[in-house]
Amino acid sequence: MKGHVFLRRPIFRTLSLLAAALLGLSACAPRPVAQTASAAMTAPPAVTAPPAAAPDPDPRVGLRAGLFDAEEAVWNLRKLSSTPPPEAFLGVTNSDLAFKDHYAIQGNYNGIQVWDLTNPASPSLVTEYVCPASQSDVSVYKNLLFVSGEGLGGRLDCGAEGVPEAVSKDRLRGIRIFDITDIRNPQYIANVQTCRGSHTHSVLKDPNDDENVYVYVSGSAPVRPEEELPGCSAAPPDEDPNSALFRIEIIKVPLAHPEQAAVVSSPRIFEGLVAPPRHGMAPDDLAELEAARARGAFIVEIFGQERVLPDGFVAPMLAAFARERGNDAPTAADSAAFREALPGIIKKRFGIKDDDAGEDAGPKPGPTQCHDITLYPEIGRAGGACEGYGLLLDITDPIHPKRMDAVADSNFSYWHSATFNNDGTKVLFSDEWGGGGQPKCRASDPKEWGADAIFTIENGKMRFQNYYKLPAPQTPQENCVAHNGSLIPIPGRDVMVQAWYQGGISVFDWTDPAHPVEIAFHDRGPISADHMEMGGSWSVYWYNGLIVSSEIARGLDVFELVPSAYLTENEIAAARTVRLDYLNTQGQPKYVWPATFALARAYLDQLERSKGLAADRIAAARQALSAAEGASGEARREALTKLADTLEAQARASGDAAKVRKLASVVRDLG
Amino acid sequence: MCILSPVNMEHERTMNIRHAGWMAVAILLGSMVGGCRSTRPPATGPAASPPSEADAATGATAELESLYWARRDSARTRFTSADVRFMTGMIVHHAQALVMSALAPTHDAGPAVRRLTARILNAQRDEIATMQHWLRARGQVVPEIEIDGLTLKVTGVDERMMHMPGMLTDEQLRELDAARGPDFDRLFLKYMIQHHRGAVTMVDELFRTDGAGQDELAFKLASDINVDQRTEIARMERMLDRLSGASRDR
Repeated sequence: MKGHVFLRRPIFRTLSLLAAALLGLSACAPRPVAQTASAAMTAPPAVTAPPAAAPDPDPRVGLRAGLFDAEEAVWNLRKLSSTPPPEAFLGVTNSDLAFKDHYAIQGNYNGIQVWDLTNPASPSLVTEYVCPASQSDVSVYKNLLFVSGEGLGGRLDCGAEGVPEAVSKDRLRGIRIFDITDIRNPQYIANVQTCRGSHTHSVLKDPNDDENVYVYVSGSAPVRPEEELPGCSAAPPDEDPNSALFRIEIIKVPLAHPEQAAVVSSPRIFEGLVAPPRHGMAPDDLAELEAARARGAFIVEIFGQERVLPDGFVAPMLAAFARERGNDAPTAADSAAFREALPGIIKKRFGIKDDDAGEDAGPKPGPTQCHDITLYPEIGRAGGACEGYGLLLDITDPIHPKRMDAVADSNFSYWHSATFNNDGTKVLFSDEWGGGGQPKCRASDPKEWGADAIFTIENGKMRFQNYYKLPAPQTPQENCVAHNGSLIPIPGRDVMVQAWYQGGISVFDWTDPAHPVEIAFHDRGPISADHMEMGGSWSVYWYNGLIVSSEIARGLDVFELVPSAYLTENEIAAARTVRLDYLNTQGQPKYVWPATFALARAYLDQLERSKGLAADRIAAARQALSAAEGASGEARREALTKLADTLEAQARASGDAAKVRKLASVVRDLG
Repeated sequence: MCILSPVNMEHERTMNIRHAGWMAVAILLGSMVGGCRSTRPPATGPAASPPSEADAATGATAELESLYWARRDSARTRFTSADVRFMTGMIVHHAQALVMSALAPTHDAGPAVRRLTARILNAQRDEIATMQHWLRARGQVVPEIEIDGLTLKVTGVDERMMHMPGMLTDEQLRELDAARGPDFDRLFLKYMIQHHRGAVTMVDELFRTDGAGQDELAFKLASDINVDQRTEIARMERMLDRLSGASRDR
């Protein structure tokens, strides 16, 4: 069978022409939008109760369709560029992103593309490496590039002809390793084949190990036949202890000899997993329950949730109960006694076990794999998004991760990915309900489905706080669900940018985990007005001041934040001071802010917003900062020390003492 | 193994652009300025003004767009009869899940099962639409479904397709229809687990077939169905476990 039969058409365009076209696109003023920066600077409001609400009506509703000419809506972001894919990758799915130096590495089902972001208004393509395999999830570490292969058509030789045989020695499903010492000329140096292929992977740089990196492999496709890769078994673990199900794979990559990379362990992190507590009922369920309670309906708890027993179900039971008590028809006393006896009757009738007893009943069907794992080595934790569960893992021993906690959620369909906040006290999981190829953001789709769930982490246990879902309804022609995103290093706040496929990108603040608030967005109309064409933002990540989005069909979008009522210029400037040498979002880095005047001013803006410090004290501190910045040498040091002393003295009486002390410490470090 | 060529292609926008280049250029010229609805210039023909840099850029984007749609079209030629059988059979399979799930509100299902069925209805309706579109775009016979209570009518498939793995027998359906309240919950879970397992078997069979799953959409859809239904099986087994206790029938 012949593979890629592309219809070749004459192409006369050049990149510069395209750049001109795209600059034309980005230069125009999009639909309504935003506050002015100056207004935001003078009166930054509290995030939880902003006086300047999101644009209403939402400009994302009703955008005109188009591939490269769709109508766009943007709020509190500026689009710097949109660059279509090169010819070899056009019409083929763009996937995840990794970053190294000033390069963005963009996966595509046809291979990898490397963009030079030195001029973000016009990214230039420096590498096109055709090597087909879905999903081409990418990660970097120093001179190494790792690429996931899962689809059945991936070939060891990078050929585009696919692999038609169900069993073939030519097939690659697993991890490809490239040497990118010369990023313009990647060298394909090794493969590690795995039983389920690699849907995604995460690279772990253990702080205590400088000689190896570890690649956690998540594969969600069916297990390959043993004839293709010896040792692969799809039998349940109780039949075959070597089953490729119910485990993840960890590859050890010796940095000095990456060609020796091999699977070093297959931890069964799901073992003994029992049904974790549900976090509760949806609001409409609760309302219904309360209404039933009010009208005196019989309510009983069945597997941890109260439910209303239908009258037709209760009536014969009540009649039988009354007969046993010697009454032909139930009396009021029968009814009251029945109400009391009901839980026991129900348990007996349906053989319902108590939770504790249930846990002794042997191994439960758990997840057979993870979809994605976010490793956060600085705190020794990982968030595993594993089928019906969100897991918190201890990864201090890289090849023996241990499960610390697990959550499930009756509103979550398929746990997709995790993002920690910077200090590791919260974790956000996304639910890729429908797999990303379905339109799950229609007005009729519940807000709790295909959303993010936010948890706080207390003593190693996760506690549910709330959901966040893209607030703008999308059309049935737009595949849309929660997808990949990253933290934006706004100091002192938890702010994240997230991709929602054709729902666009959404920036939101989840500092208050129970009340996440959207603070910026970008969206396009659907690719096609009459059917759903796979597209939209696969991943969007913050990297060194830029917000970079991998658009499945349209290429690479680059944005920057614009000051608004929700985010001051100083906060954005402070975020820009966090510089990374590389970024794999699934190997989450800890953001550290150098002591800068921008950081001090960002904290002052936040104290003004939260009213954590009196207005006159904030004004005085701003003035003192400016004066110190204008001074030099000893005078400057003295001024800053004096300001730090003053702030420390003010901290005690402040409504936000911790932040004032942080501010004082930054000011002292500046001196 | 055979490769089915698309015949009887539907007339959709992608085709028009591919086959009517000049028209596509006109359309693109008209909408080139992206987000600027208010400053959108009137549409002009491709030769209405002398070439300028902007026109050249427009032309380049138009070329790129037509190449994109050509690629999407040609990507639709990489499928086999196994893929077609899978899509056709899965439409029927999903349709029965809709029949089963639609019973929940009228059969006094509990909130957990009601939420589950609402999600199954939403997800599998969408997937049916995706599979129908997949078949239509490849010039294949598209099964249309019609549901009236327990009666499932499917046009465009032969009788064998009506009995895919895991599908309930008429007797099982009637048994489910006769149950109410917690009895319904228990039976629904039992039968939907059986039903979902059948879908997983169908995916396994597809991927064991030479030449199958090379089509990107077919692979994605089958993989998504595989993980979604496996995940849902695990969830339903937990629900059933709590509900049925030791007497659980496995």
